[in-house]
Amino acid sequence: MSHQAISISIIGIFLVLALYLGIRASKGKKMSLEEWSVGGRGFGTALIFLLMAGELYTVNALMGISGWAFGRGGAAFYNITMLNFIIGYWLLPKIWKYGKEHHLISQSDFFIKKYNSPALGIFVAVVGFISMIPYLIIQLKGLGLIISEASYGAISPTAAIWIGVIAVTVYVMISGIHGSAWTAVIKDILIVVVVVFLGLYLPIHYYGGIGDMFRAVENAKPGFLGLEDKGYSTSWYVSSLILLSFGYYMWPHGFIATYSGKNARSIRKNTLMLPLYMLFTLFVLFIGTSAVLQVDGVSNNDIAIFAIVKQTFSPWVVGLLGAAGLLTAIVPGSMLLMTTASLIANNVVKALRPRTDDRTVMSLARWLVPVVAAVALIFTFNSGSAILLLMLSGYGFVSQLTPAVVTSFMKRNPLNKYGVFAGVTVGVLIVAYINLIGATMGTFFPAAPSWFQDLNVGIVALLANIVVSLIVSTATRSLSASRGSAAAERAAVKGA
Amino acid sequence: MKSKVPLYLLSLIAYLGMPLGVIWMNRIYEERHVFVLGMPLLLFWMVLWILLGVGIMLLVHRLNPDNLEEEKEATE
Repeated sequence: MSHQAISISIIGIFLVLALYLGIRASKGKKMSLEEWSVGGRGFGTALIFLLMAGELYTVNALMGISGWAFGRGGAAFYNITMLNFIIGYWLLPKIWKYGKEHHLISQSDFFIKKYNSPALGIFVAVVGFISMIPYLIIQLKGLGLIISEASYGAISPTAAIWIGVIAVTVYVMISGIHGSAWTAVIKDILIVVVVVFLGLYLPIHYYGGIGDMFRAVENAKPGFLGLEDKGYSTSWYVSSLILLSFGYYMWPHGFIATYSGKNARSIRKNTLMLPLYMLFTLFVLFIGTSAVLQVDGVSNNDIAIFAIVKQTFSPWVVGLLGAAGLLTAIVPGSMLLMTTASLIANNVVKALRPRTDDRTVMSLARWLVPVVAAVALIFTFNSGSAILLLMLSGYGFVSQLTPAVVTSFMKRNPLNKYGVFAGVTVGVLIVAYINLIGATMGTFFPAAPSWFQDLNVGIVALLANIVVSLIVSTATRSLSASRGSAAAERAAVKGA
Repeated sequence: MKSKVPLYLLSLIAYLGMPLGVIWMNRIYEERHVFVLGMPLLLFWMVLWILLGVGIMLLVHRLNPDNLEEEKEATE
């Protein structure tokens, strides 16, 4: 068999297996909207863990992080952090408990209940939607790149994206969250095996060992494995570690995964395991670093991992890496599609027309899956530079919800619906602006010392959001008091 | 219910240890190019704190009064 045929067959086998398991998982279950999107709240620790971890083992984890290690050295090490698990340990059980008490199935429901405002629920759904579309596009673009690389160019990125999208759409429509959970199982096993193997084999093969590899790189490029003095410097690194720990649990599908837990304890246990799962990143960093002195000139750092694997191994291994890559795009992709579809059906359409019955909402959600997929496809194929830049901002967008979620668990929430609406709007606009013009702290504070200019610029958006939320909430306090927010306060006290 | 303040403090240590330490680790690395267990100092520091962070939080989890309370609720 030719190189292409071998690696394409391996990828194909895994695709079919993933589909089969996903579809089989839904057999014999009555599918209400709650069952379809949160698995009837009956998942134990193991499955929730896999769903949440599915968020970590994405296309970015495989291609992006190895690409950073290859191109930027020490700055890539921040990827191994999991500071967010400490925030999650305390925050998620509260979200779960509140969700269970009030039978919530989405993130919008959470805001509606907490802030006693259906309009805020719709607003949050819209923020979730504009955050997830870029994220979905990143998965699709990554999918195209992986398959075209793994097939030695036999399948074009465009064809690969079509195949992937059709597969994901079909199984999301049939099985909902069960499909995601079971495919996540194969994905995680496959990717861990492949990445750990490559992360050990490549350094030993080319340098004699991991320590030898790092020394060789250090000798050839002194300082490469540390941080830069300017730009990707220590202050950038430290501020990014902290800033990135806030947004992780704010994705709409993060709420769904949390709600699907059996009890608060299983959620806590879960957050404790997440960082260990993250140690996997270490092996991705090894792979990326091993390419530094072996691969020269790739068109795009993201394909460094494929460049080194192709020059080292037979097509069998390339096919396995391709299959692992395919699944890292499909699993998060399916979660994103499902969440986006139920978000629109439940939190926008049903919110605007409350008399729609649950069966209609459910079938609407199901049929919105291909629609959302089509929207993402259009953007994926036509993304001009402006949209490409906006893509980077999905994480920045959802992070803006953090303050409102955290304060909602305080005994006396300093924020009200007006404040949250204003603050999040300001935060999202600043994030979009920053990404569109490629702003840094230096853009806003040109006279500041260099350590300050290197701080992660996302801090500006989050601080502006907090300040505006507080000011507007305080200013409108009397307004909401006169409009019967006694009920809201009662609800808030109950929730806390 | 027992106070959770000590648990919050432990969590804060687990949270801040990694980022704050990076400031010194990178300075030491720039001057002396230290490797620990074959890894450049900065990377070793990250791995060390993942393990320390999990260790600290496991302790917090064992001491967390919420777990006991929920168990009581469940058996009632």
